[in-house]
Amino acid sequence: MALDVKEKIIEIIAEQAVLDPSDVSLDQTLEALGIDSLGLVESIFAIEEAFDITVPFNANEPDQSEFDISSVAAIVKAVQGLIEDQKA
Amino acid sequence: MKRVVITGAGTVNALGLDVPSTLAAMAEGKCGIGELNFRDVDRLAIKIGGQIHAWDAEGQFNRQQMALYDRFTQFTLVAAQQAIGQSGLEFVGELALRSGVILGTSGGGLTTQDDNYRMVYEEGKNRVHPFVVPKLMNNAACSHVSMEYNIKGPCYTVATACASSNHAMGQAFNMIRCGMSTAMITGGSESMLCFGGVKAWEGLRVMSKDACRPFSLNRNGMVQGEGAAVFVFEEMEHAQKRGAEILAEVIGFAMTSDASDIVMPSKQGAARAISGAITDARINKDEIGYINAHGTGTAANDKTECAAVADALGAHADNIMISSTKSMHGHLIGGTGAVELLACIMALKDGIIAPTINYEEPDPECALDVVPNEARDAQVDVALSNAFAFGGLNAVLALRKAP
Repeated sequence: MALDVKEKIIEIIAEQAVLDPSDVSLDQTLEALGIDSLGLVESIFAIEEAFDITVPFNANEPDQSEFDISSVAAIVKAVQGLIEDQKA
Repeated sequence: MKRVVITGAGTVNALGLDVPSTLAAMAEGKCGIGELNFRDVDRLAIKIGGQIHAWDAEGQFNRQQMALYDRFTQFTLVAAQQAIGQSGLEFVGELALRSGVILGTSGGGLTTQDDNYRMVYEEGKNRVHPFVVPKLMNNAACSHVSMEYNIKGPCYTVATACASSNHAMGQAFNMIRCGMSTAMITGGSESMLCFGGVKAWEGLRVMSKDACRPFSLNRNGMVQGEGAAVFVFEEMEHAQKRGAEILAEVIGFAMTSDASDIVMPSKQGAARAISGAITDARINKDEIGYINAHGTGTAANDKTECAAVADALGAHADNIMISSTKSMHGHLIGGTGAVELLACIMALKDGIIAPTINYEEPDPECALDVVPNEARDAQVDVALSNAFAFGGLNAVLALRKAP
């Protein structure tokens, strides 16, 4: 499952960045991948749809959000946490 | 060029069902934002808004009218009745031919669409009411005002998202100024507070779950409102000849496009609109005392707007007062500039500056006098009203105290 989550998220981010998934690495930031604020909101929507979870994210205060978007790895970790929390 | 004055004003919004109650609420810094109440609200993440809970459509319109009037049309007609009543104008003969209606809205009959889509998709019905189209169309409100008051000149509806009513009022102003019209009914209306309307906005993740706090460091998004404001713009000599009370003079208007991003605002585009309105009004920027801000309470708008004001006004930006009344009535999208023009009229006519409520922490990127939390008494000769829409479309009006 953990591997699937990582792969799926990389796939979503790669699609948004118009890159091949193999060109997206875990330590990259969305900014470095060329994803702007609209791209971010779209990625989060795609993640919610893919995993059937609700991601707490407000574009007005991205830094204060409980959802860490500082890197691809951070997003993977945050999504894994949300899947655990929202499994019930 | 003709001079243009405002001789009537009407409104319904979350703060009040007419102009006096709305201005009193603004002067008191009252908040009209609260829990939303409509079908399926429990499925929304955003559950607050500036909803008009006291709205009684059945008490004001008959059965035939109700079949044709979406909520945004109902709001418009009530506001128009107040405005035209105050102006004392009767549209007969030549005046009827030389008068028009230009209104702004973004969603038009969105509630009608929402209800009917739900019926055919969710409930599986295969028949809809015969008046769905004439009820939902964006120009319905404009046409009903024209029909109700026998106004037979240029009538149309402008849709530029959050700048719709400023664009509409700017057009109305210029039509009188250039001699095309004697009087124009103008302003805007919006009624997006239904499940589909709020759900769509929710998706963009720019909405606040708790409050609209423009310019405050801890602001976390916009809050929607609903309602309308309608004005009578009139050629000044015509108004003076008949001894009409003049609420304020409209002296300038400018519109620009950022030509850059579909949602992120641009400082340059906004600053060009502000400077353009000042130039169009043929005033010195030092004459400006108050700006009604677009002030949505989003991170991006408020800092960009403050930077644009600083750019356009230079050192004088530190002398002016700028407030966002959206903190009280919410963001009325296509109707917002119209309701906010009331705050400009109050500043010019009554010497009361409406506050920005919910202001909690100063933001170094919004370092202007935002009239935090409490209204202020001040003599103001010239006021601006800003509107900066999604799509990068900006429209700024300039008003002067009645001559």
